[in-house]
Amino acid sequence: MRSEPIMAPRISSVGSLRLVRQLGALSCAALFLLSACEKGGGASGNSIPVGEYASLTGLTASFGTSSHNGVVLQIDKANTAGGVLGKKINLITEDDQSKPGEAATAVRKLISRDQVVALLGEIASSRSLEAAPIAQQSKIPMITPGSTNVKVTTIGDYIFRVCFIDPFQGEVMAKFALNSLHKTKVAVLTDVRQDYSVGLAAAFKDYFTKHGGTIVAEQSYSSGDQDFKAQLTSIKGSNPEAIFVPGYYNEVGLIARQAKELGINVPLMGGDGWDSPTLTQIGGHAIEGDYFSNHFSTDDKSPVVQGFVKNYRQRYSKDPDAMAALGYDAAGVLLDAMKRAGTTEHEKLRDAIAATKNYEGVTGTITINAQRNATKSAKILTIKDGKFHFVETIAP
Amino acid sequence: MSEFIQQLINGLSLGSIYALIALGYTMIYGVLRFINFAHGDVYMVGAFSGYYLGGWLINSMGMQSSVLLLVVVMVGAMIICALTGLVIERLAYRPLRNSPRLTVLITAIGVSLFLEYSGQVFFGADPKPFPSLIPDRTITYGGLTFTNKELIVLCVTVFLLIGLTFIVRKTKMGMAMRALSFNSTACSLVGINNNVIISFTFGLGSALAAAAGILSSLNYPVITPLMGLLPGIKAFVAAVLGGIGNIPGAALGGLILGVAETMIVGYGDKIHVPPSYRDAVAFVLLIGILLFKPSGILGKGTVEKV
Repeated sequence: MRSEPIMAPRISSVGSLRLVRQLGALSCAALFLLSACEKGGGASGNSIPVGEYASLTGLTASFGTSSHNGVVLQIDKANTAGGVLGKKINLITEDDQSKPGEAATAVRKLISRDQVVALLGEIASSRSLEAAPIAQQSKIPMITPGSTNVKVTTIGDYIFRVCFIDPFQGEVMAKFALNSLHKTKVAVLTDVRQDYSVGLAAAFKDYFTKHGGTIVAEQSYSSGDQDFKAQLTSIKGSNPEAIFVPGYYNEVGLIARQAKELGINVPLMGGDGWDSPTLTQIGGHAIEGDYFSNHFSTDDKSPVVQGFVKNYRQRYSKDPDAMAALGYDAAGVLLDAMKRAGTTEHEKLRDAIAATKNYEGVTGTITINAQRNATKSAKILTIKDGKFHFVETIAP
Repeated sequence: MSEFIQQLINGLSLGSIYALIALGYTMIYGVLRFINFAHGDVYMVGAFSGYYLGGWLINSMGMQSSVLLLVVVMVGAMIICALTGLVIERLAYRPLRNSPRLTVLITAIGVSLFLEYSGQVFFGADPKPFPSLIPDRTITYGGLTFTNKELIVLCVTVFLLIGLTFIVRKTKMGMAMRALSFNSTACSLVGINNNVIISFTFGLGSALAAAAGILSSLNYPVITPLMGLLPGIKAFVAAVLGGIGNIPGAALGGLILGVAETMIVGYGDKIHVPPSYRDAVAFVLLIGILLFKPSGILGKGTVEKV
C-alpha cells in the first residue's frame, strides 16, 4: 500500500500569518512575565532570596568552595528549623570564576534578575571591591565573609564584613614575630597584584618598625608567577631571621619550596591567604614549621565551634577551614539580623546588621563596629606533619 | 659575587624551560613556515597527562618516585601529546594547507583557545599540585645551590637540542623536512609525501612540548589549564630572539630570556625597575631584536626578491 505523504497544513492568507505572529509574541511576553513574577517575587513570595557570589572555580577556587559550603550549611540549618520570618531562605549562588570583572556581572544579575534581599561574598578583596559599589547603589546589604582589605567597607553604609581587616592581621603577625618568635630582622615578599597582600605588608612594616624591628629586604612578585628564586636569592643576601609572605596559597607553596632549595632555613609567616589544604600539597616538607594568622581553628574547644566542625565533617566529609567558618558566620549574622529586623526591607535589614553585637560565631564573638567591620581576635597557626595546629590567640 | 652567580644559575634554569618549549616552536616554524600558537597549550596537555599518569602510577601501581617513574611518565606524556599534535594537524591545519598564511595563523589561535577552555572543562579550573616524580635533592657547592630537577631540565634540553639537530641534519626524514621547508611543490615532485613529513614534524614538536610540560611541572609543581599561555608567548619570543626556524638559536634565545628576566627581578630595584616588570622584559627584547636584527641572533638574513 502506498501511503500519501503527509502535508503540513499551510496558512494561506497573509492576515492569519500576522495573527499567528502576534499570538506568538503575546504568549512569549506572557511567559516571560510569568517567569519574571515567579523569580522576582522578592521577599513577598514564599521564600526569601539571598544572593551569594563566590569563586567556585579558578585560581582561588578552594576559598570560594569552602565559603560556599559554610553558607549552605548555615542556611540549611535555618531552613530545617523552619526558616526565617516564617519563610524559607532561597540561596542563589553565582560563580565568578576567580576572574576580575566576573564578580560585578554576577552581582548585577543577582540584584536585577533574582532580586535578592541581601548579598554574601566575596573572599578576595579585589572582587568584593568590584561588587560593593553595585550593591551600595542598589541599597542591597552585602556581607563579605573574608575580604580583609580596609577599602571594602568604606565603599558605603550597606557593606559589612565578619572578618578582621588587613592592618589588624599585619599587626598581629608583627606582634607575633617580635614577642613570640623574638625576631627583629624580617624580609617582606609582597604580591603586588593583590590589594590584600599589599595591605598586609604595609601594616606589618608599620607596626614592626615602630616597635624595634628592622625590615632588611623588600621584594615583590605578581600572582600567577612560578619562579621566585631571583627574589629569594636577593632576600637571602640580607640574612633575615624570618620572611613575611602575605600571599595566597598557590604562590606561597612554591615560594616555601624554592626558599628551602636555596638554603633559606628561616620561618615564613603569612596571613589567612595561606589557609588551604593545597598549601601543604604544593609546599610539602618545605612549608613545615611556618606560621600564619587565621580566623578560625578546628582545635577550638568551644561548643559552638565543635558543633560546627561536627556538622561540617558529616556533610562534606572533611574538616572546615577558615573560609568555611567565615561563610557560615556571614550567613549567620545575616539571618540573625533578619530575625531582629522582622523584615527583609533593605534599610531596616541594613540597620539590624549594623547593630549586631556579641554574635556568637564560630570565628569568635562578632560585634560590628561603626566602620562596619567585625572586631575580634586572630589565631596563629603553624604547619606540622601537613596539618594546621593552633599556636596562640592574639587579641586586638 | 656569589649572589650574582646564584642569580645566573636561577636564570639559566628558568631559561632552559623556555628553551625547551622554544625548540618545538622553532622546529614547526622551520618546516612549515607557520607559527603554531597552540604549542603552549600542547605543553599544558603534556603537564596534565603527566599529572594523571603520574598520579595513577603512584597511587594504583604503587610506584615510588624515582628516575624510572620520571622516564615512564615523560615518555607516556610525549606519546599522548604527539597523538594530540597529529590530531590537531589533521583536523585544523591540513584542510587549510593551501590557504593564505594568515588564515592558518588565526586557526592556530583558535586551536589554542579551544585547548585552554576544553582543559578548564575536563581538568577543572582550579590549580592542581603536580606529583613528585623524583625525590628532591638540593646540591650545595660553595654557597651556591641548585636542585637535581634544575640539572635534569638543563641536561634534557641539551640532549634534545643535539638529538633534534641530528634528526634534521643527518637523517633521511630530516633531509625531507629541510627540502619541504625549501620548496614544498618541488618536494612532492620528487616523490616525497608531504603529508607524512608534516605530520611527523607536528608529532615531534608536540612531543617536545610534552617533555617541557613535565620538566617545568617538576620545578614548579602547580598546574592549571591556562599554564601554557605565558610560557608559550615567552618561548615564541625566545624562538624569534634566537632566529626563528633555527634550532640552536631557540635554545640560546630561551637561556638569554631566562637570565634577563631573573636579573631584572634580582637587580631591578637598583635601576628603579620593579620586579613586576619581569614579563615586560620578554617583549622589550622582542621589540629590540625586531628593530635591529629581525632575523634573530643566529638567524640568516634573507634577501627579499621583488
